[in-house]
Amino acid sequence: MAVLDLYGRAAKLGIDLSQVNFDSVLLPPGENFGIESDDEDVYVNDENFETGFGNIIVVDQLPVVGMDKFEKLEKKLCESYNKLGVIKEGGFAMPVDSDTNKTLGYCFIEFNTRQEAERAKEKTHGYHFGKDINLAVYMFDDIERLMNMNEEWEPPQTKPYAPKETMNLQTWLTDEKARDQFVVRCGPDTEVSWNDTRHLKSESVHKLQNWTESFVQWSPLGTYLVTLHRPGVALCGGATTFKPLMHYKHPMVQLVDVSPGENYLVTYNSQTPNNPNDATQVDIKIFDVKSRRLMRGFQGSADEFSVGGSSLSWPVFKWAGGRDDKYFARLRKNTISVYETKTFSLIDKKSMKVDNVVDICWSPTDSILALFVPELGDGNQPARVALVQLPSKVEIRQKNLFNVSDCKMYWQSNEAYLAVKVDRYGSKSKKRIESGLEIFRVKEKDIPVEVLELDKKNDKIIEFSWEPKGHRFAVIHGDLPRPDVSFYSVENPGRVSKLVTLKAKQANALFWSPNGKHMVLADGLNGKLEFYNVDMLMTMATVDNFMATDIKWDPTGRYVATTVTSSVHEMEDGFYIWSLYGKLLYQTRKEQVFQFAWRPRPPSLLSEQKEKEVKKNLRQYVVRYEEEDEEVVALLSRQEMEKRRVMEEEWEMWIDKWKQLHEEEKLQRQNLLGEEEEDEEEEEEEEEHYYETVEELIDVCEEVVSFEP
Amino acid sequence: MRPILMKGHERPLTFLRYHRDGDLLFSCAKDDTPTLWYADNGERLGTYRGHNGAVWCCDVSRDSSRLITGSADQTAKLWDVKTGQQLFSFKFGAPARSVDFAVGDKLAVITTDPFMEHTSAIHVKRIAEDLEDQTDDSVLILQSPNGRKTINRAVWGPLNQTIVSGGEDAVIRIWDAETGKLLKETDEEVGHKKPIRSLCKSADDSHFLTGSRDKTAKACLWDMRTLTLIKTYTTGVPLNAVSMSSLLDHVVLGGGPDASEITTTEHRAGSFDAKFYDKILQEEFGSVKGHFGPINALAFNPDGRSFSSGGEDGYVRLHHFDADYFNIKI
Repeated sequence: MAVLDLYGRAAKLGIDLSQVNFDSVLLPPGENFGIESDDEDVYVNDENFETGFGNIIVVDQLPVVGMDKFEKLEKKLCESYNKLGVIKEGGFAMPVDSDTNKTLGYCFIEFNTRQEAERAKEKTHGYHFGKDINLAVYMFDDIERLMNMNEEWEPPQTKPYAPKETMNLQTWLTDEKARDQFVVRCGPDTEVSWNDTRHLKSESVHKLQNWTESFVQWSPLGTYLVTLHRPGVALCGGATTFKPLMHYKHPMVQLVDVSPGENYLVTYNSQTPNNPNDATQVDIKIFDVKSRRLMRGFQGSADEFSVGGSSLSWPVFKWAGGRDDKYFARLRKNTISVYETKTFSLIDKKSMKVDNVVDICWSPTDSILALFVPELGDGNQPARVALVQLPSKVEIRQKNLFNVSDCKMYWQSNEAYLAVKVDRYGSKSKKRIESGLEIFRVKEKDIPVEVLELDKKNDKIIEFSWEPKGHRFAVIHGDLPRPDVSFYSVENPGRVSKLVTLKAKQANALFWSPNGKHMVLADGLNGKLEFYNVDMLMTMATVDNFMATDIKWDPTGRYVATTVTSSVHEMEDGFYIWSLYGKLLYQTRKEQVFQFAWRPRPPSLLSEQKEKEVKKNLRQYVVRYEEEDEEVVALLSRQEMEKRRVMEEEWEMWIDKWKQLHEEEKLQRQNLLGEEEEDEEEEEEEEEHYYETVEELIDVCEEVVSFEP
Repeated sequence: MRPILMKGHERPLTFLRYHRDGDLLFSCAKDDTPTLWYADNGERLGTYRGHNGAVWCCDVSRDSSRLITGSADQTAKLWDVKTGQQLFSFKFGAPARSVDFAVGDKLAVITTDPFMEHTSAIHVKRIAEDLEDQTDDSVLILQSPNGRKTINRAVWGPLNQTIVSGGEDAVIRIWDAETGKLLKETDEEVGHKKPIRSLCKSADDSHFLTGSRDKTAKACLWDMRTLTLIKTYTTGVPLNAVSMSSLLDHVVLGGGPDASEITTTEHRAGSFDAKFYDKILQEEFGSVKGHFGPINALAFNPDGRSFSSGGEDGYVRLHHFDADYFNIKI
């Protein structure tokens, strides 16, 4: 309604507009008389829900009361529901039948958030309200849906099974050139590419703008690419492209985790409460990846998902049991809850009580759980590391440790060993920290434990890392910025032997190749990378990579990718691909790089023996690949030549055109330049000869010249 | 060959210009004295005194008799090249950023910065042959649609029919020099995405090269008549200066991060080099080190046998190419 109309209308009705307080005018909720509010968050809120009524519940089966008792009932209801959540101002409505002047036996309650509404519904549905009265509480959205339901049951249609081209989700593994894929998120784009090192470039597979709303993540075996969206999570995959295969509903999802066997998807969302005194609400859902079924949900305050007031560490649920995803565990205060996926309930229906436990760690393949309990009572009760076998919950080994400030547990990837890094107080004053290692040989009888002290007893261990699939480990110890790096082997039973110590290295992080043998020693932002061969115990290359934020081996251990993300340094954005010998193969500069991730590969299907055989007969294979390499090189140079030829031809075209135009405009130009200079230009054109000074030695002779004054 | 270091300015260099024969080099800097050098040995010939602020740009007439300079003191001045005498001073209410003589030297285009109540503008002035007739009046004034953003450079198109401008708003515009109508402009998609700091046209006015501060640091080669993008050169360093050789198909690009962005660790190689690209193949084939600050100005000698660069460090470096340069194959 235009303002002028308004004045006219007011005058007609005899209302003095100057007397009207517009702020006191209340519109019926949901009505705006066709005028859109410029209050932005009205819309933002609405987008979260399907209808915008997601935060309303309907309470049915209330007693039918007359107007005399209306207020009493209203008060009672408001009181009880206000305990469960904050009712919006004016968010309570109990309709009254105008004929009988009695209530209709139901009411609507609008909460501030959907979560509150859901909780209120859960808690009060079936609530015993009074004599013979059990409340029936529904979400407003559900009512609508249920009302519109078809009365007659239709048998669900069974779709005939149609094998699709997209069904082979592992097609990328059959790449003829055995290349690997990676995903890069930069600016609004997300792009999956082949790492084509033969052609020294990446080859795009699939690129999409706004593919995800926050980040992307590969599933652990590389089958799916997980993308996050406002309504939930999507898994993308396929033979050649990345189509969204499945969707999992979880509004405002923030974090995801896929179980190691890719059987289950865990999604997480937390809601910061309106009232700062309330605890943050956490909502976790576990889906079955293939059936998309919600297997179990966990709700509660954030405290319930973390230990001892520390912030929640993701993933909350730790998976075990290898590819079957048999168990998952969660650590709570004084409790370890282990669930089995067969029933999605606690093993033996109860959690394990472990006082003060702060850390748990599954063995990578078997269902053995390592746990750590810190020192208590000012050292009166020692710290403890224990191994628990599941599902029997039998403690198979435990060790007490004294004078401990902190512990970290590291499983070796084949689970033959567990290393525990123990930080001890070096002196009574507890100022210095010294580190030692305890190696549990899990595969041996009775699980012997070896204690390893560093050469320099009072060194602190900065970083520890097992060689994947191997029997060695590397530690960085000493003081930054120039700590020492040592390599140890545990291959001989009963004895840990040191291989070598590299003194005063500029390194604070270790990156083993996924195949072992090679590693990269890195020094954070200064970007020193050292490529080291642990078999030969020698450095292969030392390179500079300024501001590298991420260092990632490809899943085959052939290449290393370093990324400079824009969060650190805007100027150097991009990623670099190195060979395992430390040679820069190619680099790609992009604007606003946020994320780089190699697509993981499932473990090799070859048996260990077979792999050894291949390694032994490597020579046979090499010939074939070398031939292919040569072909590629030849092809590349041919392509390059062709490209250049085309460019040069195009350029010729432009030049010809310009020359022609220049000629056509000659007269006009001479006019502009004035008569006298015309000659000069002519002259200039003629002057395009090439002058060369040639000095030729014709003859050399020596003469004695008489000197006479 | 060893470069010749020319230390005549006390402040960062802003612009370099060879005259047509290539034996004289004019340099402008943030101090107030444009300087003239012998382009062969780097000997200083003289200075032009009279400005009272940073000098942003200059141009020299075809017959090398007159020099025009644009300065932050809100004037553009005409000089007698030989005597160093100031002939005329055009006054503006805002700093003059770029100057360019038209073919025939009867017109000059001068751009002014946004300043106080003034928005950025392009002025066309008539240059009288006889000084007595010289006036301060503008023949034409073009207002940029994005008036709060500086126009960094405006030059004449073929036959003085158009004016090509580029500036902080990253848009290249072609104007009708007669009517002042905006004829063409680049869009977000093909054009630059960050401020354009330099614009250099070919000797025959057929194409021009622009350098921008884009993160991927692009220099683009455009057809001057149709504003068609022909080539793109990607460096990695935000660009301040570009130049084209008229002898070989080479372009040279230079720049560096702004002073505010330079971190202490940024001394690493590369940022402050003058980088040479093959004009046709768009590939880098060499670079010249030397400046210890960003490069602000670059110019090829018209004979294509030497080039000079001016840096934030206050030096002009004059390089005569080695014989190898003329036989480079990539």
